[in-house]
This record gives sequence, C-alpha cells and structure tokens, in this order.
Amino acid sequence: MASSMLKYATSSVVKKQVMGITGLLLCGFLLSHLIGNCLMYLGPEAFNTYAHTLVTNPLIYVAEAILATIFLTHIGLAAQLTYENNKARPQKYYVKQKTGRGATFASSTMPYTGLIILAFLILHLIQFKFGPEYVITHSGVEMRDIYKTVVDYFQSPIAVIWYIFCMIALGIHVSHGFWSAFQSIGFWHPKYTCLLKCLGKVFAVIVTVGYSALPIFCYLQGGN
Amino acid sequence: MSSDNLLTLNLKIWRQKNNKEKGEIVDYTIDGISPDASFLEMLDVLNEKLIAEGNDPVAFDHDCREGICGMCSLMINGQAHGPEAETTTCQLHMRKFQNGETIVVEPFRARAFPVLKDLMIDRTAFDDIIASGGFVNVNTGNAQDANSILVPKENAELAMDAAACIGCGACVASCKNASAMLFVSAKVSQLSLLPQGQLEAEERVKNMVSKMDELGFGNCTNEAECEASCPKGISISNIARMNRDFLSAAVKAKD
Repeated sequence: MASSMLKYATSSVVKKQVMGITGLLLCGFLLSHLIGNCLMYLGPEAFNTYAHTLVTNPLIYVAEAILATIFLTHIGLAAQLTYENNKARPQKYYVKQKTGRGATFASSTMPYTGLIILAFLILHLIQFKFGPEYVITHSGVEMRDIYKTVVDYFQSPIAVIWYIFCMIALGIHVSHGFWSAFQSIGFWHPKYTCLLKCLGKVFAVIVTVGYSALPIFCYLQGGN
Repeated sequence: MSSDNLLTLNLKIWRQKNNKEKGEIVDYTIDGISPDASFLEMLDVLNEKLIAEGNDPVAFDHDCREGICGMCSLMINGQAHGPEAETTTCQLHMRKFQNGETIVVEPFRARAFPVLKDLMIDRTAFDDIIASGGFVNVNTGNAQDANSILVPKENAELAMDAAACIGCGACVASCKNASAMLFVSAKVSQLSLLPQGQLEAEERVKNMVSKMDELGFGNCTNEAECEASCPKGISISNIARMNRDFLSAAVKAKD
C-alpha cells in the first residue's frame, strides 16, 4: 500500500502536481501577507498590534509549521525536478533557438527566479523576523516595535533596490507559475485557460507593485 | 530556372561515427542548390558530393518525404524541423533560407534518444512507451455495424487531432527538459477520448507515464515549446488531459 502510493507520488506527473498545488498555496500566502503589510500605511500602532496579535496566538506555531512544510516541499521538489531535467539531455545543443511561439521569459527562467526568491526569503527572515528587537507600548500593552525594525532597515537605498529587484523576480515567477499550476493539475479549457493566464499576470503585477510600494513608503519615512 | 537563383550555403553538420565515439560539428560548403529543393534533397546533394570525393556521407533519418511518416528529424539552426511552423524537415524547402546563409544541423538530443550515427537517432523509447499501453484490445472478426458505438462529434474531432501525432520526437527535441509529455499525452488521448479506449484507460495512463519516467525523459514545465515545434500542431491541452487522467487513476488505484 505504502510502496504503491510512493510509486505514484514519485511519478513525474504527480511531482509537478504537488509543485502546482504548493505554488498556489504560496500565492495565497503572498496575498494574505501583503494585506497584513498594508497595515503599515495606517501607522505603527495598527501594524505592531496586528503583528503582536499574530505572534501571541498559540496557533501561530501550527501555521508556521504548515507554511514551512509548503515552502520546503516546493523548494525541494524544484531542486529534484531541475536536476532530473538537466540529466534528461546530457549532450547540449550547439545552437538552440526558441520558436517564439511557446516559451516566455518567465517560463524559461523559473529556476533562476526561484533561487532569487529563496535567497530573498532567507535574508527576509534574518532581517525582520529574527532582526533587531525594539519594544513599544500601544494602549497599555508592551509589544515588539516591528514597525521600527522595518522602517530602519529600509533607510538604506540598497536595501530598497534589492527588495524591489526580488519582488520583480517574484512577479515574473508567479506570472508563469500561476496558470502552469492549473495545467499540471489537469485543468485546461478553451476559454478559462486564457483567463487564468491573464489572471496570473494581473496577480504578478499586484504582488510586485504591492510589495515594492512598502519599502519606498518606509524609505520616505526618513531616519529617526 | 536561371542558375543565378541557385543557393550557396555554409553547413555546420554534427558528425559522429557511432554511439560510442564523441562527435563534432564539421563545416561544409555546398553550391548549386535549387530553392525548390527540400531540406533532405539538399542533404542528398551534399552526400552525392561527399561520396564522389570518397568521403563518408552524412547519415540522417528519412522515409516517406511526404510529412506523414515521422522518420525525418533534425535540429535546424536550433529548431526542431527548422524554422517553419507545423512543417516536417522533409517538407521544409530551401527557399526559406538566404543565399550564403550558415545552417547548423544537429540530431534531436535527449538521453532517451541516443545518436546512432551523425544525425540518426534511436527512437525505440517511443516504441517502448506505446508497447506499455498505447493500444486497445478488440475482438477481431467481422466489423460491427457502423455507428453501433456512438461517439460525440467533439470527442471524435479531439481524438483525431491527438491521433495526428506522427511520433517524430520534435516535442522531446525542442523541450528544454527533453520531456516526452506531448507525445505520450497525444497517444493516451487518442484512445481515452473514445469509448473503445475507455476499458483500459486507467491502466494505460499509469503504465505509459511510468514507462516514460523509467526511460529518462525530463519533466514538463508547461512552456509549450513542444506544441510550437510539433509538425502536426498537437495541443498541450492533451498534456492537461493526461495529468488529470493520471491523477484520477493514481487515486483510484487499488494496488
């Protein structure tokens, strides 16, 4: 039973389906994280209180464990699939030209944009989640001033540029990944596939522009 | 035709003695090529010249030269079957090239398609995939009455579209991952869309995907270069169909 399930789970088709599903779940995370971050525009109290409410809920550990599992599955499978794909053509072409009717810039750079996002993710956790800790009191409750950690970090123009660069890579990654996930799962329709491709691009723009606006906003706050 | 229309071409052709030795790109210059010649006829002219000079001719796969058998292959300037959409190499004409142009000719490359000699490759892997499930078991004997098995018109059309696959391997050659998903999905779809193919549909998709993986083809990354390079215009909607058929068969599998 277990060995037979493993046989199907390790097939090329199912591995791609797991990539697609974890990718779509991560798109959901991107959206919810973006909405949470937008509280920064309302000022330190709204953002810090939101962050405090999140991290003091005991369920956060369960949520973080699930999120980490999704991330690690997506990254681990990506590494395995890319390795297998390279192995499938040991002798490369002397000349290789795209038809111009199939692959896009986004589709052909998925492993590279993925690596940029991975590097970003690690730095992002170090800089913010495990970054400098300041304490502030809002409405009589003592909590971490994560707002200050973020605004301080984005006082460096290099930090702002690196962040926006990574968000562009993220947008490119999801612009292909979004519809591609549906294709891998097996959803194809003469009308809705076009719509999904379009929706993927709209989502990419929302994510890139939405996330890139925050460091600019923080930079404009000026130093304290 | 006046002789001033004839083409002079610089060819860079992959030469490899056998599947053991390393190959290399060799330069040839050829002149007097009619723009109305097919790409394979141009290679025939080159080979006649090589033979007359006492050299080994370039080995390449070909058979019907009518665009329907799937034997011809070749990466021409980095594109499977050359630059023309929905055209096999044998149907590609030299008028699509400029006088004095350099043309790079290589074999289709994939771990599952070893080079036998020069531009000839071994596509037995495709036969192995078909043998693993790309067929239907039917009773032989008298043909039954026409229309005794009803097939929706749309399904008949989709099955015919999938059945247009000639198994040339351009999908594998053009895919950056050397994935055989377009070929396998076309062969799964042409049967699973019809009532006659339903009986063995689940076993078929499981066995054919498993054989494809075993033979060392890469994984699909949904870039659609296969569809763009396919001389028969097979759609990647077949890949989506196979993905959902496989998922459904894997979930329902009792083994």
